[in-house]
Amino acid sequence: MSGIIGKKIGMTSIYDENGRNIACTLLEAGPCIVTQVRNEETDGYKAVQLSFEERKEKNTPNALIGHFKKAATTPKKHVVEFRDFRMEFEGGVKIGQEIKLEDVFIVGDYLDAIGISKGKGFQGVVKRHGFGGVGQATHGQHNRLRAPGSIGGASYPARVFKGLRMAGQTGNRRAKVVNLRVLQIIPEKNLLVVSGSVPGAINSTIILEK
Amino acid sequence: MSDLIQLIDTNTRTKVSEYPAFKSGDTVNVHVRIREGNKERIQQFQGVVLQRKNPGTAGETFTVRKISSGIGVHRIFPIASPNIDKIEVLRRGKVRRARLNYLKGLQGKAARIKEKL
Repeated sequence: MSGIIGKKIGMTSIYDENGRNIACTLLEAGPCIVTQVRNEETDGYKAVQLSFEERKEKNTPNALIGHFKKAATTPKKHVVEFRDFRMEFEGGVKIGQEIKLEDVFIVGDYLDAIGISKGKGFQGVVKRHGFGGVGQATHGQHNRLRAPGSIGGASYPARVFKGLRMAGQTGNRRAKVVNLRVLQIIPEKNLLVVSGSVPGAINSTIILEK
Repeated sequence: MSDLIQLIDTNTRTKVSEYPAFKSGDTVNVHVRIREGNKERIQQFQGVVLQRKNPGTAGETFTVRKISSGIGVHRIFPIASPNIDKIEVLRRGKVRRARLNYLKGLQGKAARIKEKL
């Protein structure tokens, strides 16, 4: 799996060759610095660790400063590992190497985007799990139009099953959207245009996997 | 809006600058490309512009109203769409508002718009 780290810029729309309007998301992705290469002998698996976005040295723990010094680079905000990083470089990927957007993706590729979804706070079951609600406003429904209904039998099983869908914190969790098509790449601006939407707020970090 | 979004929007709107400037109240003739199987033909839609929405963005649209065999028809065109061949302005209207929703219920004499000279 190849990939890169990016930042969500926002959404707009473009037209395809058939004149159809496509909603798309803009991402500023890379360049990322390779900070570690994991191999089978020492780590037991193959992976490449990428880092993205500058970070002030005074805000960086000493342990991390040492880690970035090894790769001969400045401290970075985000560090993400990609298992089995495939890229056609001679002799593979080296530590300290700069990985650019156009090294990983070409137009027409399909990618997965991982981000932290926008937090919605404590929400009821209608918003959180798509329950239908009660469905009637009359016939004795006073103030329970969006109630979940029964949560189980009273005498048997006489308990509530684990994992039963209830109200609670919604959003603000890791979310992945699969199979977004790469519509455009503008290398000089590190700009990536993908079809559809991507989880998270504007300026949030997005991991892009191929 | 971010510069990068503006960059993409400008690329999408390249054709828009070729169209003449028009606003609500103007009478326009829109040439629309229509694909039927492999054949392509041009259809014209002539009427009064009721409004322009989201100006300056890639998603800008404009609404045109015409009376087709006695029935009022509104058609919304995305201005940046490649299916629009050209837009002709036939008449400049003198109106005092940006959105002419009041025209929807009117017909005949009441639906006239003064020409801007």
